[in-house]
Amino acid sequence: MRDVAFGQYFPGSSLVHRLDPRAKILMFIAYIVIIFCTFNYAALGITTAFTALFLILSGISPKFYFKSLKVIIFIVIFTSLLNLFYGSGAPIWQWWIFRITPNGIHRAVFVTVRIICLILASSCLTFTTSPTELTDAIERLMKPLKAVRFPVHEIAMMMSLALRFVPTLLEETDKIMQAQKARGADMESGNLFKRVKALIPILIPLFVSAFRRAYDVATAMECRCYRGGAGRTRMKQIHLAARDVIAFVTLALVIGGVIVCNSLMSGVL
Amino acid sequence: MSFISIQDVFFSYDEVEEGKPVRNAVDGVSLDIERGEFVAVIGHNGCGKSTLAKQLNAMLLPDSGKVIVDGDDTSVEEKTFDIREKVGLVLQNPDNQLVASIVEEDVAFGPENLGVAPDEIRRRVDEALKAVDMYEYRTHAPFKLSGGQKQRIAIAGILAIRPQCIVLDEPTAMLDPSGREEVISTLLRLNREQQMTVVLITHFMDEAVLADRVVVMDSGRIVTQGTPETVFSQVELLKRHRLDVPQSAELAYKLRGCGLKIDKIPLTQEDCVAMLEEAMR
Amino acid sequence: MNCVLELKNLGFVYGKGTPFEKRAVDNVSLTIKRGEFIGVIGHTGSGKSTLMQMLNGLMRPGEGQVLLDGRDIWEQPKKIREVRFKVGMVFQYPEYQLFEETVYRDIAFGAKNKGLEGDALDKAVRDAADFTGLKPALLDKSPFDLSGGEKRRAAIAGVIAMNPEVLVLDEPTAGLDPMGREVLLSQITRYHKECHNTVLLVSHSMEDIARVADRIIVMNKGKLAMFEPTKEVFRRGDELSRYGLKVPQITNIMQALRRRGFDVPEGVLTVDEAFDALLPLLQKEGKLW
Repeated sequence: MRDVAFGQYFPGSSLVHRLDPRAKILMFIAYIVIIFCTFNYAALGITTAFTALFLILSGISPKFYFKSLKVIIFIVIFTSLLNLFYGSGAPIWQWWIFRITPNGIHRAVFVTVRIICLILASSCLTFTTSPTELTDAIERLMKPLKAVRFPVHEIAMMMSLALRFVPTLLEETDKIMQAQKARGADMESGNLFKRVKALIPILIPLFVSAFRRAYDVATAMECRCYRGGAGRTRMKQIHLAARDVIAFVTLALVIGGVIVCNSLMSGVL
Repeated sequence: MSFISIQDVFFSYDEVEEGKPVRNAVDGVSLDIERGEFVAVIGHNGCGKSTLAKQLNAMLLPDSGKVIVDGDDTSVEEKTFDIREKVGLVLQNPDNQLVASIVEEDVAFGPENLGVAPDEIRRRVDEALKAVDMYEYRTHAPFKLSGGQKQRIAIAGILAIRPQCIVLDEPTAMLDPSGREEVISTLLRLNREQQMTVVLITHFMDEAVLADRVVVMDSGRIVTQGTPETVFSQVELLKRHRLDVPQSAELAYKLRGCGLKIDKIPLTQEDCVAMLEEAMR
Repeated sequence: MNCVLELKNLGFVYGKGTPFEKRAVDNVSLTIKRGEFIGVIGHTGSGKSTLMQMLNGLMRPGEGQVLLDGRDIWEQPKKIREVRFKVGMVFQYPEYQLFEETVYRDIAFGAKNKGLEGDALDKAVRDAADFTGLKPALLDKSPFDLSGGEKRRAAIAGVIAMNPEVLVLDEPTAGLDPMGREVLLSQITRYHKECHNTVLLVSHSMEDIARVADRIIVMNKGKLAMFEPTKEVFRRGDELSRYGLKVPQITNIMQALRRRGFDVPEGVLTVDEAFDALLPLLQKEGKLW
């Protein structure tokens, strides 16, 4: 459980690292939209190339990207098989209830590439942006909502604390599991009801400790003069720079390319 | 006037057990802490030493009596944050004090709360990390570091606020021996080189002997205080209050009980060897 | 057969085949006799925790074997749970494992998993509570209402109640105050004396280990650096310091006196021993009155 690469941050100073986190978030949202608006191979090719460009510029070893893919490999295989067998049109191969159509193949390819691109892009975002930067950017992007009394700062702070404590709580879960196993807790056998019941010895200590931690963290924050978002400054200033503009222009070109491809060529789905 | 002056403080948590209010956690304590002093507070678990620590930076306020920090009364609400800026509190569990996922961002948390300008925060963070010898780790995730390293980052997080005094509530209780040594030598350095006032709450006697002054607490009261030599020569008193003494002091105490003439109870290995050598020559 | 545990060329590697590969335990072979009190020391990261977790099958050794009563514990992987009842394991800060409604039920958890019921279960729980000094009145309380020290003892009782042949304790006194340490340590020694079970105590406190252990396992960088009687281990202070370990202060003091030509015994481990050794010397010199 502990060596999940997904959601980790790798400090660095690559071009992608130095982009304004707000720009990264906005670009990521735009990217999700485009990747699902690609209807032919040319458009898919453009977005894939764009993804690859960012991965290369991030300067992070490909092995970490592979690791993040490993987690979802089954989802990818499952959904692509589902799409492969449920295509419409005349089958080119058929056996029992399984039939493969050209449309099915296209759909399988698209869904696979889309999911992989999506995971890689989100990994690229979290690998190159520290949780603080990320929540900071979200806080700033949502700032207009403050006008309607939406607790923007509080939510951003909660997010960053949650991100900080995920690995700690995972480790703790591991420890508690080991301790209960050492007392002969049986978590691997029995029916569903028994297995759910077997979780109690893990969940209760986990909750107790999470509450204790929360109390401790609150005390520690107060000791460090925390008093809400008003009047807070930031060590790391974020501002748009030339590189952000270049990134936006590149993205705009990609969007343009996808639109052109979609309208000039016929879709395959 | 002393930097911190605790004047006849009483405090009880609002818990009620079997109809009776729980005894006072702090039961009439008066104590002055001078600028630049290194004070160790010892006592068994539940003796009130942690509660006292939280009184020093206005995390808890006395039920009666006063705590005056650098001229300000902790019970005056407007002064709360001034006081927390002057007196930093480091807690026991290093994991639960680190709030950010990157070391330098965590250290920046305090000055950020104070509204310090970004360039100045950067300077303070770098300085604080260098002071605890963790500068090379500034871009690491605290999660992967050892307990001693995490606790030093927690200290840096307080240093970046630029306090005049650090109070540490059993900072080494959860650390291994090398982690303990790292933290204690960091504190000694801060005290000796930067004249930082240090209040160390601990139940490790080998840490307390390094202080200028040792305060012994039990049942919310101060039992005795003085230099490590005077406190640790009262072996019987310490044992009565469920405390320990260094082995060298215990040996000397036992030998003295059998009639060996000892002027000064030795607190370190070297002193003890010298004392015994002298006695047997 | 006299030996309860036998480790043969035991090895363990974390994250094998990944960039984070780390060898935690390296070719450890040793035998532990029934009823021994073994101290386990080593710097953090020396592999001692991994080694301990292989003893009851919480971790499966990558290399080598763990023999319990002469049989490989992984002979039938499906029955590994049985091994956990024979080799009881108390982790660091074990109070985090408490979850039941009452202390009694929490202590009974392991014993019940083992298959005890009725009077046998009741006796196991009450005996375990007695060994750890928990008053019967506490048994009906919620474990979350206990004090820190009591929680610790309840958690330890939960493992003792399984009546394991071997009891492994990982830093049982961590975070306790001096008196709490003292009391818990004497309870463990009493348990050892009365139950004649084998005890392995992992600790950073050399003073504690020196007082209670018959033999000491010293781990360094995953390897078994020493496995000798306690006196012998602490006689080799220089070697220990190379492994980042210390010798009890009192042992060092007596060693220093010896080096300076005084006729004091070697390998003194406790203040009482030192006192007994020094008293006649001082008397002879006429320094006592």
